[in-house]
Amino acid sequence: MSKMKGAQAVIKCLQEEGVELIFGYPGGAVIDLYDELCRSSIRHILVRHEQGAVHAADGFARSTGKVGVALLTSGPGATNGVTAIATAYCDSIPLVVLTGQVPRALIGNDAFQEVDIVGITRPCTKHNYLVYDPEELIPTLREAFYLAASGRPGPVLVDLPKDIINAMVTYPPKSSIKMQTYQPNVNPHPNQVEKACRACVKAKRPVLFVGGGVILSGANEELTHLARRLNIPVAMTLMGLGGFPGSDPLSLGMLGMHGGYAANMAVAKSDLLIAVGARFSDRVTGRLDAFAPQAKIIHIDIDPSSISKNVVVDIPIVADCKLALRAMNDWLDKSEEFDSRETAEQHSPWVEQVKEWESNHPLTYVENGEIIKPQYVIETLNRLTGGDCIITTEVGQNQMWTAQFYKFNHPRRLLTSGGLGTMGYGLPAAIGAQMAFPGVTVIDVAGDGSIQMNIQELATAKECGAQVKIAILNNNYLGMVRQWQELFYNRHYASTVMEITPDFVALAHAYGAVGLRAKTKSEVEPVIKEALATKNVVIMDFAIAREEGVFPMVPAGKATTEMLLV
Amino acid sequence: MKHTLSVLLRNRPGALSRVTGLFSGRCFNIESLCVAETYDPQISCLTLVTKGEAAIIEQITKQLHKLIDVIKVTDVSEGEFVEREMALIRVKAEANTRAEVLRIIDIFRGKVVDVSPNSYALEITGSESKIKAVIDILRPIGIKEIVRTGKIAMVRAPKK
Repeated sequence: MSKMKGAQAVIKCLQEEGVELIFGYPGGAVIDLYDELCRSSIRHILVRHEQGAVHAADGFARSTGKVGVALLTSGPGATNGVTAIATAYCDSIPLVVLTGQVPRALIGNDAFQEVDIVGITRPCTKHNYLVYDPEELIPTLREAFYLAASGRPGPVLVDLPKDIINAMVTYPPKSSIKMQTYQPNVNPHPNQVEKACRACVKAKRPVLFVGGGVILSGANEELTHLARRLNIPVAMTLMGLGGFPGSDPLSLGMLGMHGGYAANMAVAKSDLLIAVGARFSDRVTGRLDAFAPQAKIIHIDIDPSSISKNVVVDIPIVADCKLALRAMNDWLDKSEEFDSRETAEQHSPWVEQVKEWESNHPLTYVENGEIIKPQYVIETLNRLTGGDCIITTEVGQNQMWTAQFYKFNHPRRLLTSGGLGTMGYGLPAAIGAQMAFPGVTVIDVAGDGSIQMNIQELATAKECGAQVKIAILNNNYLGMVRQWQELFYNRHYASTVMEITPDFVALAHAYGAVGLRAKTKSEVEPVIKEALATKNVVIMDFAIAREEGVFPMVPAGKATTEMLLV
Repeated sequence: MKHTLSVLLRNRPGALSRVTGLFSGRCFNIESLCVAETYDPQISCLTLVTKGEAAIIEQITKQLHKLIDVIKVTDVSEGEFVEREMALIRVKAEANTRAEVLRIIDIFRGKVVDVSPNSYALEITGSESKIKAVIDILRPIGIKEIVRTGKIAMVRAPKK
């Protein structure tokens, strides 16, 4: 078998895994890797902070479905990546994060830029490795890619001591990976599929409850087919948006804390809840004992530990969502006992009831003359982009208004930090998505608070030609916390007022980007149109109604039927 | 309720901390933990005693399975099993109690493993309840130090 320098072997292995883009930041421990990387066909995007590198790789992964790759140096380089690794972990996003490490002889000596990154990231990676044997370098990297992408995906970190990168290593031929201790079950059990189908046919008030697993497994077509053939309304989690077309009449949009009235009521009154790739997060269920109290629960998930974790499940199906939904559709196709059209007909009074809730309490907001309402900005973005661009968000009100008012009709079009709720995610993730899809409009919907958490990535966007558009919903507040303070803390706005906010238009200019500002409602549409037509990075600064809230809202610890409405 | 879990895991650096980190990170309880190599040096066996309702134990088992280094998890307390624990107990042994200590340890089939002018170190092996019984009986004599291994367990083989 041929021997080559570790750094060369790493790059060769990355190419073999199909990697074309890496996001990273160099440093002493990875200087040899960079030396090889920048001679190879792989494109490297130099970020301005390591958190940005991992978020950008995450944005690339979410938008493409491929494994995102980030390369960081040892010590602070690695620790700066931790928030972004945890972000990917909470949303099951496939990443391989390569970190440099001090030479093996120095590990444990408190060497310069040494940190136990494997120890630090153990609880926020799917798995991680410290390569200690040069001969294990390539097998470990291959295993990392396999782990990241298979089963329930997730980030995998590989820590590479500097002397391993410099050692001569064997480059073994590629073979299929078999791991004794890791064999995710992807095929649904036929008996469970039959039970689930029978429950769907029997139900009077079924609801599909769709999470990010549908998008990760690419099950949107199977899901849409099932929902339409059986006439079942579909509620989605934040991570599930786009898994079912948002403008379909059966779509109830998002459920949970800021979900629609109809979505939350439908779940509360349902007699069958079909959860697909969702994990019953507290933001979705509200008070657990009042969540879908009359419903029998079917739960399709590839991760057995998600089943009956928060809510006791009646019919579990441990499988890949796509394969499970396909099996359900096949069973219904073959069934001589049941006719899908009859079932659809039988569900129609329930669908009418749900529609009535929706028309009585639609997602709405109160217009106020020329004052810009943030919801209007999102609606206008939706209209002017035809609902067909990639949207990233930061975290907080901007994220919830986007989830409510942008109609996602396709999967992988909303990139947002759902589980961890990481402010500062949106801009670097938008860069990652833009690099994957240079021809598609990518918009980061931001707040004036969260955009400042990774604003330095404007330079990255300019440098790599990612012409992302940033829509800042600027209210000079940390708006979501302010909203909680308004509602539950007697308007005591403790540390949520941003007294100093930069002039974002001037800031855009400083980075060589374009800055546009809208202060009145009638300026919103021209600003968005101009931004969409501009071949450059653009910041749109919208001065929105300062104390606008996100509604409906289920207060923490309440039942999801106890919604505060507009 | 107490459960004894037997966990086979790859004998790799950091594997044990993945297990203990899982317990601390999710606020699961560990009463005792005992780990050593199996007949296959690539594989370690970890015996862990934990406490919790059925749903918690189910989560613990599933979360353990999810760790890449974990090969197999068995809740041995679900069926018939043999459990053993070893304790080293240093007990006061003055002229007036030396004979008494020896009699007690003989009854429990223990051994004296270290002797000094005023103490004995005793080795005792058995179930948790037996160890407790020895400790209770020796306590009035004066226990100076106890070191316990924690429980190890094995499922009983089918008898037919």
